[in-house]
Formats: sequence, C-alpha cells, structure tokens
Amino acid sequence: MADREERRFAEVHRESVKLMAESAGVELGDDVAALLAEDVCYRLREATQSSSQFMRHAKRRKLTVEDFNRALRWSNVEAICGYGAQDALPFRSVKEGELFFVEDRDINLVELALATNIPKGCAETMVRVNVSYLDGKGNLEPQGTVPTAVQSLSDDLLKYYQQITRAILGEDPHLMKVALLDLQSNSKIAALLPYFVYVISGVKSVSHDLEQLSRLLHMVKSLVQNPYLYLGSYVRSLVSSVMYCILEPLAASINPLNDHWTLRDYAALLLSHIFWTHGDLVSGLYHQILLSLQKVLSDPVRPLCSHYGAVVGLHALGWKAVERVLFPHLPAYWANLQAVLDDYSVSNAQVKADGHKVYGAILVAVERLLKMKALSLSQPAEGTSNAQPGSVMGAMGYRVSSPGLSPPPEPLSEAALGIASHLQAGGAGCPWEEWTPVPLPAMYCELYSFFGDSLAVRFSTGPGFGSYPPCTQSQLSDTRKEPSGPASNPDTTRKMPQLTANLNISPRQDGSPRTDPPPPSLAATGSGRSLARSSSMQRSRSSSSRSGQRSAGLSRDVFPKARFTSPQTGPPVFSFLIGGRQMGRRCQGRRPFQTTFAPTPPFSTIPPRAYAHKLPVIGRVGKPVRRWTCSHYSLHLPL
Amino acid sequence: MAAVQSGMGEGVEEKDIKTEPASDGFGNNNANDGRLVSTSPGSNAPAASNKPVAGGPPEDQQTLLAVLQFLRKNKLTESVEILRREAGLPEDDLDPNGADSSGAGTGGAAGSVDSDAGDASSLLTRVTVSSSAAAQAPTKGTIQSDCCQVYDGASGGPVPGNSAAGEDQPDVSVVLSAYSQQGDPALYEVYYSSLKRFIETVLDCHRAELSQVFYPLFVHMYLELVYNNHENEAKAFFEKFSGDQECYYEDDLRVLSSLTKKEHMRGNETLLDFRTSKFVLRISRDSYQLLKRHLQERQNNQIWNIIQEHLYIDIFDGMPRSKSQIDAMSGSLAGEAKREANKAKVYYGLLKEPEIELPLDDEDEEAENEEGKPKKKKPKKDSMGSKSKKQDPNAPSQSRIPLPELKDSDKLDKIMYMKEATKRIRLGPDNLPSICFYSFLNAYQGLTAVDFTDDSSLIAGGFADSTVRVWSVTPKKLRKVKSAADLNLIDKESDDVLERIMDEKTASESKILYGHSGPVYGISFSPDRNYLLSSSEDGTVRLWSLQTFTCLVGYKGHNYPVWDTHFSPHGYYFVSGGHDRVARLWATDHYQPLRMFSGHLADITCTRFHPNSNYLATGSSDRTIRLWDVLNGNCVRIFTGHKGPIHALAFSPNGKFLASGATDGRVLLWDIGHGLMVGELKGHTDTIYSLRFSRDGEILASGSMDNTVRLWDAMKAFDDLETDDFTAATGHIHLQDNSQELLLGTYLTKSTPVIHLHFTRRNLLLAAGAYNP
Repeated sequence: MADREERRFAEVHRESVKLMAESAGVELGDDVAALLAEDVCYRLREATQSSSQFMRHAKRRKLTVEDFNRALRWSNVEAICGYGAQDALPFRSVKEGELFFVEDRDINLVELALATNIPKGCAETMVRVNVSYLDGKGNLEPQGTVPTAVQSLSDDLLKYYQQITRAILGEDPHLMKVALLDLQSNSKIAALLPYFVYVISGVKSVSHDLEQLSRLLHMVKSLVQNPYLYLGSYVRSLVSSVMYCILEPLAASINPLNDHWTLRDYAALLLSHIFWTHGDLVSGLYHQILLSLQKVLSDPVRPLCSHYGAVVGLHALGWKAVERVLFPHLPAYWANLQAVLDDYSVSNAQVKADGHKVYGAILVAVERLLKMKALSLSQPAEGTSNAQPGSVMGAMGYRVSSPGLSPPPEPLSEAALGIASHLQAGGAGCPWEEWTPVPLPAMYCELYSFFGDSLAVRFSTGPGFGSYPPCTQSQLSDTRKEPSGPASNPDTTRKMPQLTANLNISPRQDGSPRTDPPPPSLAATGSGRSLARSSSMQRSRSSSSRSGQRSAGLSRDVFPKARFTSPQTGPPVFSFLIGGRQMGRRCQGRRPFQTTFAPTPPFSTIPPRAYAHKLPVIGRVGKPVRRWTCSHYSLHLPL
Repeated sequence: MAAVQSGMGEGVEEKDIKTEPASDGFGNNNANDGRLVSTSPGSNAPAASNKPVAGGPPEDQQTLLAVLQFLRKNKLTESVEILRREAGLPEDDLDPNGADSSGAGTGGAAGSVDSDAGDASSLLTRVTVSSSAAAQAPTKGTIQSDCCQVYDGASGGPVPGNSAAGEDQPDVSVVLSAYSQQGDPALYEVYYSSLKRFIETVLDCHRAELSQVFYPLFVHMYLELVYNNHENEAKAFFEKFSGDQECYYEDDLRVLSSLTKKEHMRGNETLLDFRTSKFVLRISRDSYQLLKRHLQERQNNQIWNIIQEHLYIDIFDGMPRSKSQIDAMSGSLAGEAKREANKAKVYYGLLKEPEIELPLDDEDEEAENEEGKPKKKKPKKDSMGSKSKKQDPNAPSQSRIPLPELKDSDKLDKIMYMKEATKRIRLGPDNLPSICFYSFLNAYQGLTAVDFTDDSSLIAGGFADSTVRVWSVTPKKLRKVKSAADLNLIDKESDDVLERIMDEKTASESKILYGHSGPVYGISFSPDRNYLLSSSEDGTVRLWSLQTFTCLVGYKGHNYPVWDTHFSPHGYYFVSGGHDRVARLWATDHYQPLRMFSGHLADITCTRFHPNSNYLATGSSDRTIRLWDVLNGNCVRIFTGHKGPIHALAFSPNGKFLASGATDGRVLLWDIGHGLMVGELKGHTDTIYSLRFSRDGEILASGSMDNTVRLWDAMKAFDDLETDDFTAATGHIHLQDNSQELLLGTYLTKSTPVIHLHFTRRNLLLAAGAYNP
C-alpha cells in the first residue's frame, strides 16, 4: 500500500466494493473485489479528468457535480441523479464509524408548499460597468465619471443628491456647512457630478437672491476642492456659472443694500481657484474669459458693478491678465470713471459710490501689477521662481516664501487662507508671447498720472519690502515701523496725512481672539454704505474719506489689506503705514523700490500728473481709524 | 471484426455524402477542393485528385492505398469503388505490390523483409489517427471502440504467434499493436537506467539534447509494460523514473500513472494519441550520432526499437541547443513540430481594404473650431493612402478565397470605422488605455463566454444554463423586427423604412436567446452585427439573428461539445472546434462544413480567424497551436511550447504575429511568417482566457483567471526580434527573459476572472467577466 499512497490517489477499498455488492445481493470473492475496486478507481479518475475540462471551459475554479455528470454522459455512462446543485455539498464525517457522507436532509414538502415566505426569484443577470482611468504612467486614477448611458443612479445616490441640494439651498446654515463639507470630501459622488453641475447652472434663475447665489458658489467651491472628482468638461459649465456671478448686473444689485460686491469678490476668488487647481482642464478657457472680461470693461453701457466684476476677475486671473487687458484699457476707461466720480449731484450718489468701488479695485489690481513686474525685473536671478510664483509656490498649496513679497491685496476677508496665492497662478501659468509688455517705468508713469500719490505711497511702502522675502512676523512689524516713523513725525510740509493700512494676518486659528474684520454681513455692509453716503455728501474738494472709511471699517474692502498667508503661526499683526501727501518727501516711501530698480528715471521728473489733482485722495484717516486703534492688534500711530 | 467493417464503412460513406453539399461551398471554382476535404480525412493527407497520380505526394498516395487495401480485404467493394473513383486512382494501383515503398520514412525497422508491411504499418497508424480523430463524426464512441477491437483482434486474433515479431507480419492490423513486441520486463529498468547513465555522462552540450529522449522513452516503455500485463513491473518502473521527467509533463504523467491495466488502455484518449503519433524530437546530428553509437554498441535493441518506431527524430546540422532553448519549445503532447511542418509559405499580409470615399461632414466637429480643420483632412489623407498603397507582398491575392461582397451597410460601417480610427488614441508604454470593466452581476447560472461587437455597441454572454444573452451597451435599445403581418402594413417606400420595421414595443436593454441544450462555451458576433454565433456543449453551433432575436440555423457536425467558434473578419465564414479534435469551417448559408481540419491530438479549445480570413488558428489541449489554410485545408504551422491547454489566441492587427495564452499562465508570441516563437510573457498566475491586441498593435492585453488584466508592450517584444535573423534560419529560438520589462501594468479586479477583452475602435480597453464572490 505504501507505493500507492505516493501516487496521491484516492482508492476505493475492496471492502467497500464487497459491501456494495452485498447490498445488491451479490457475493464477491476477494480477488474479484480487488479487481473491481481497482477498475472503479481508474474509471473514477478518468471521469474526473474529463470532467475537469468542462470546468475549464466554463471558466471556473470549482468542479461541480454538473461537470462530473457531463463527463459521465459523454462517456456513455448514466449520470448521477439527485445532486445537481451548483453549491458545494456539505460533506460530513462520523468519527466513530470513520464514515463520510453527504448530508441529505428530509424536506417537508407540505411545509414548503404552504410556506408563506415565498423566496424572491434571484436578481436578474445584468451588466455593470466600472471604469479604470489610467494616466500616462499607467496608474489608476481614483475615480471617474461614468458613462451615463450605462450608469443609472442608484436609489442611494438619488437620496444623497436630494438631501445635499436641500441642505445647501435650505435655511439651516449648520446643515449647509455639513453638506458642503461632505460634498468636498465624498469620494463616491462622481455619478452625481452632472446633476450638481446642473443645479449650479441655476445661478441664472436666482440672480435676485444673493443668499442662494453665494450658496451655489459655495457648492462650486466644494466640488472643485473634492479630490476624488474628475471634473472633466463639466469644469466649463462651472466656470460659466462663476463668471455669471462675477460679471452680470445681477438683479440683486439693484438694491444698494445688497452686498453683491462680496459675491463678486468671492466668485472671482473661486475663478482663480479653479484656474489654479484645474489649470489643465481650463487652459483653453483662459483666452475666452479674458476676452469676455475685456468686452465688459470696454462697454460703457454696462453698469459699474459689471465693470467692478471685470476688474476683480482680471485681478483674479493674475497680474499678467491685468497688464494685458486692464492696463491698456485704463486711459479710455478712466474718462468714464472720472466723470462718474466728479459728479457730486445727489442723484448720482449711488453711482458714485459704485464708481469708488471700481476705482479701488483698479487701484488694487494695478498696484499688484507694478509690484509683480518690478519683482520680476529687479530679481532676474530669482526670476524663475518669482516669475511664476503660482506654479512654484502655489504647487505647495501655501505661500511658503516671501510673505511680504507680494501680498496680493485680498479683496475678501472671508476667503480661506492660502487661496490668495492662487490669484497669481492663472496669469503666471499662461504664456504671453504675442504681446510686448510696456516697460515698467513707462507703466509706472502712466499709472502715476492716474492715481497720483495714492499709488506711489502704498506701492512703495507695503509690498516694497518684498526684497526681504523671508522676514518673519516680528521682523516685519519692525520694518514696518521704521518707515512709518519718519512719516509719523510731525512734518511741516505735509498737508494732508494719508494712511494706508496694511493688514497682516497670520494664519487664522480658530479661537484666536479677533475683533476685527467682521464677516461681510449685510448689516456691516449697510452701515458702511450709509457711512459712505453721508461722507460723500459732505465731500469737499479733496473728500476721499469715504473710501478711507470703507477700507478701515470693512476689511473686505478693496483697500490694501495685505494678508499674510504664510503657514507660520503667530498672533495676527497689523501694521499701519502712514505717509503724507508730500511732494518733497515722497521719495522716502518709495525708496526701496527705487533702490532695487536702477534704470528708473528720477521720479521728480515725472510728467505732470494730469489727473491727479482732480482725484480724490484715497486713504485719508478718518474716524474708523480710531476704532481700529482700539484693537489689540493694531499699532496706533498718532499723527 | 464486424464492428470494424461497419464502422469504417460508415465513416467512408458518410464522407461521400458530405461531398456534395460541401463542394459548392465556395462556388464552382472550388468544387475540387471541397471534395478533397471530404475524401481525405487527415488534413495532412490531401489526396491528389486534381493532380496526376504520380505527382501526388507518395505518402498521401500510400495512405489511400492502405485504406483501399483494407477495404478490399474486408470486402467493401462498393466503398473501394467510390474511393478509387474519387481519388482518381487507376485500377492497377490497388495491387499492394505496386505501392511505392520509398516514402515510408517510418519503416526503418532493421531487417524489414517485406517493405509493404513496413509501409502498411506506418500507413495504418496514420489512418487510425485520422479515423479516430476525423472520421468519428456520427459515432465517435463506436469508432474508438472499433479501433480497440481491431487492436484486440490483432493481439489475440487470427494470426497467433506473430505478436512478438510485428515487423514480419504482413497483416496491417497487427502492426497497430506496436507494443506487443517485448523483451524481458525485468530488463526495462536496466535498459532505461543504463541509457540514463550514459546521457548523464556525455558532454554538457549534448546532455540537454539527449535528455529529450527520456520522456517519450519512459512513456512508451511504461505502456509496453502495461500492455503486456506486467502490472507490477510497470508500477515499479513508474515509481523509479517518473520523478526524473520534466515538471511540465506532470499532467500527462498523472494520467499515465492511473493507467495500470491493459483494459484501461482501451478508450483512453491520451494513450491513443501516444500510440498513434510519433513523438517529435529535434536533435543535432552530433548528439544523435552519439546516441546511436551508444545504443548500437550496447546492443540495446529494446530502446533502439522504440526510438525507431515511436519517435521521430528531426536531425539538424549545427550547434546543439541549450536546455533553455529546448524547454521553450517542448511541452506539447507529441513533442516539437517537425521543421518542415512550418516551412510552407504563409500569406500573412492583410487584404487590401476596399476603396471607399469618405464623405466629409462636419457633424462631429462641434465646439472645436480650431481643431476641426486639421482633423478633417486626416481621414481624407488616410483614404488616399490606402488607395496608393501597393499590395502587401505577403498578402494573399484578393480572390484567394471568395469573400462576400460589401453591402451598402458594410460600407457605411467601414466609414464609421475610419472616422473612429482618426480619433483613436495612440497607445504606448507612456500612454496606456483606460480600462472599462463590464461585470456580470447575478450570473448564478455561470458565465462561460463573452463577446463584444467590433464597434462595442453590443455585448453578448453565453451561460452555463444554455442561454445566450445580448445587452446593448449604448442607450439604443434592442428591438425586434415586426411580425410579418405588421410588416405588410408599413409603407415600403418611405425613407425611414428601416426604422419602421422595428417594433418599438419590444425595445429592451437585453434579450435572451433560448435554443441550446447545454452550456454555451463559445460566442461570436458577425462583423456586420446582424448575426451571433454560439457553440455549445450539445454539439451544435447556432446562428442567431440580431434583427429578430431568433435562431436561424443549427449547425450539426460536431457530435461532441463545441468549445469555441469564431466568425471570419469578413463575415460569411466561421470556424468551430471542439472535443472531437476537428476544426470545421462553415459558411453561414451551408448546413454542412466546407472544410474539416484534423490533426490535433486532443480537444480544440479555441479558434480564431486570421485578419485576412485566409487562415485560421486553433489551440488545443494537446498544447499545440496549428495554423490552417482555409483554401486547401492544410496545416501550415504547428507551434509548440505551451505547457498546458491553450485557451486564448489573438492575431496582431497586421497579421504578422500570433499571441497565445494557456493554462500555464504564460503568453507566447509567434512569428507566423517564420514559424518561430518570438516571445514569452510571464506574469499571470492562472489560466489566460483572453488576449487582445490594441487596434494599432502596440499593446497586448491579457486577461486571466487570476483576476487581473495585464498590459504588455507588444511593440517592444516584436521589435527586439527583428534584429535577429539567425533564428529565422535555424529555427532555434533564443528568448531573453524580459517579461518584466515588457509588462506595462497589472490591473486587479475585485473578484472577477477576466474572460474577455476588447479594444474599442478608439483604443479603450473593454474587459468582461462575471463577479464571482
């Protein structure tokens, strides 16, 4: 028997054969039984071998009774009846008897026939499709859109969709927050993407409802930030919805109490965010968007809020977009704007207020333009990293270096930190070959002719320190004090003090005490607006207080409120830079700029400022400053 | 002997009956060929009816003569007449002495007195192959047992006392019992081990080559022992030497070891194959001389006889091959292919595409205004290119086999194809295709086969519960044509008549086709998407209409399970192959096969048409792949190297290469023109059930039972070899093991064996399988 074991075959023992024969009433001799046993073994093996090919062709790993029966049938042997089940049969053993058997339970047919719990038929065979998107290197992409032709929404997804949309557009702000958060992190909603996009495209139908609009924009943000979603071509639809919020004269903006400005700012921010994070998908859109912005800007019929949208939109697309579109248009546009601003009639008050908004937005945009341009020129060695800050630093998601380098005037107080760096991305990522840029000095001269000192001072003081990019918060506040020192000295030549506020907020931590910038609520806006109105009424020759008030009172305003978004943590730091409108001493403020930029001709020889005299001086210290100084985080500089 | 007579008679007569319908299969011009197939059961024995008798290959003629002789002996005069008439043999050729004795390459047994006997023996061996394989159409079982009866009759029959000296026996039946010659059973071990000792002591370069002899020798010696009732000696012999054999013969050894009685040899198919076919070895001349000298010196006649009778040694001049070279090519049931088996010229080039002007329309170029213009030009250029393209020198002539004419709908489809092709993604190692997996859920009844239409609009599944299910992958639902009564009502002149004939009420996403009475193992869409073929365990191939969703024809011919079927890329023809070891070529409008391709020693497990429709490949459980010429039914290539049954085949789109996958988990690549193995792709851990080249042939995708899809760099695999032409001359491949370099990616399913793969026209990879929790 030993050699037989080595063959690894099951053997039917001759005793078994004899037993079976006896049960059939035949008496067998030992030798006959042995022969039979051997033959039975062989036949069984043969049948098993041929049954295995049925298994192979059925592409299974498990040999079934059915396979064996087929093998028997094809070798002209009667098939085994009774066990046609596809499942494995439970094979039991009785220890004491060394007996193995297949369990064969009695089935009570009556019970079965009269049973009330009729089993459901097995589900219908169906084909379901899964897609594995491979990127160029053959790695699986997390998840993708599913061809809608094959994919039907499951009930769960449908329910999810209803709940989410209800929560976001509903009344409960807490629910909305939860829903947005989930939308931002849920990995299984790819199939719903088209539906959400459709919902978002409904912005056009709710242009009277600022609240709904901003909720939809939040939804866009969540979708864009969801790392599991592949937006694909839907990104176009999202961008068009966002553009609608930026540019269109929304029905809501008829009522001056509605703060549609915030909405536009937020939408612009979103736009830059989309361009920064999904640059590959929207690269083709960049031109189109620039064109449409340009169109709006050059269309005098459009209301000022549209113009404002165009400016912040350009700003969002990066300083190159500003250079390319806004700057060339400025002379033409300026005339219109000035006409608005110079009209002191009461009936024009509202329009004039809007005009100031646009003015501020333009100022912010061109300042950054100058700053970035100066940087790219003055630091040729580091040009690579500075020319495309968005691509280098932005890739990290943080503004790692140079917090003071180019604090982009952040129009929104509410925006998430770190997002400001995206503002540069859109422009930086897009090449401008066909356009020859205006040299910096010329550009500065021209801009100066528009803005006068308001441009110069702020330009030179705040961001000018960018030449020391790695300065920390403390250093920064020190250096900030320095220029403000002389400026704050009682200066006899100074006629009109000017204040520019540079708000530097280190990464905001929850729970850190913060008394200032209140979220742009309607109430705040309202108060700001009423203030503005009153100030504009009592405005005299150089009444520019309105904007100043705004800048101080509402930090979300367009006034330079440079925000530090560096990942370093620390207490918020505010620094105020105070300069005077002083022809003789203005070089002081600009010095950093001048030293870093050699070929600039002396600014004293700058052509006469054609428009400057007529312009309101912006950033004049008003009452709000005193409010500010109460804050722990601000530096009070008595004038 | 009565059973023999009737069995053989039936076989022959049945062939005659088949002659008539088969002959007009290709039209009149091919009538001769049609008849050829039917008269000569073995594909490698096409009789020369259209040639002068003398010009025919001597072997074929001898086969015929042997059959005639046999028939005459059994007094089947009618059959003799018919056969003679069909083959065009003159009366006097039937004289056994008139047979040409020169061609009997096998009759080399020393001291053969009667050359006729030698011939006859070899011939009959061959006849048995074909009869056991090919001619068993209606009653495979009986014929097989008939053979055994012949066999039994020989050993215990009317010529007693001759069993010990088979070579002297003029009666053909005796020669079948080749194993009856025997020496002292106790000495077998001695013989074998002395040979083993000898081979172990020869120079390294010869050892690998000579070691090839071990396995066939072992098998035949074992069978001789078993046949002669030396059960214990056989067992001892097996115990002692089975461990020495190459591991890839394990499966065969298992079958062998279960066989210990002479009675068991009856009906055991594996054994039948061994006995009736010669195991082919390729050995260099030096090594062979060495072996021969040794055996002659030692007077080791036992082994020498086996080598003479059961082995075919293909001697070549030149350097002996290395062990790895030998291992790469061996593994099949009957050894390697003879070199001359792969010498025939194969026209592997593609047929010229019909010229279709591509109408330019802009409907599909929305949105992309800038890109639209250059795109438009491309298809134009392509169609121009195909016009100016000269006929491929390796392509068969356009009318080598008659192909169906293109209908208008086919032309439209071709245009669609060309349009899609312009949008095709160029794949490469840096640009892998996305994979779209179609999982069959709730397929409790067992999914056994899947196919996609070429345009990927439909998917069909064959199930173990005998049903075929068709799904629409696009939003377009499946609709039946209206009933005849309703069809009468519609306006036949209307423009949208094709739309009107469809019955909206029947629209559904899937349709179930009932008709088979056994698991559906093979399934294939026609290229025009109007038909679907399914082959089943019930022995039939069915043709279904996808307009009416009914069965149109049941093709009966295989009397055993039909494992696979495949439509020709040009439609009309299809091939089927199954358990009866015969592949059959059919035309959809003929209920009888046009060709029968026999030669495989075991089940045909998969079938595939060459892109030019002139050839087809069959893979078998005998672990070989054969390429057949559709025109004349010849086997033009035999590829050996797989170590397990072959379950997947794929031709490269340019027709030059063939990829095959087997249960051993390896993919082998073959150069059809040179008849060489050109690559081995290792990586899968289980049976490979599906292989597909991307539309441009850059990527080979393989799907396996191990729940993975793997992508291979086919371009690189084929590029590397084209620099090497030494192998082409000698036929000795030298493969480097670069599977890991060629493997571009492995993609796991959750728990779904991948049983089908398909590249869409734009090179998206579709895969399918049943979720198998």
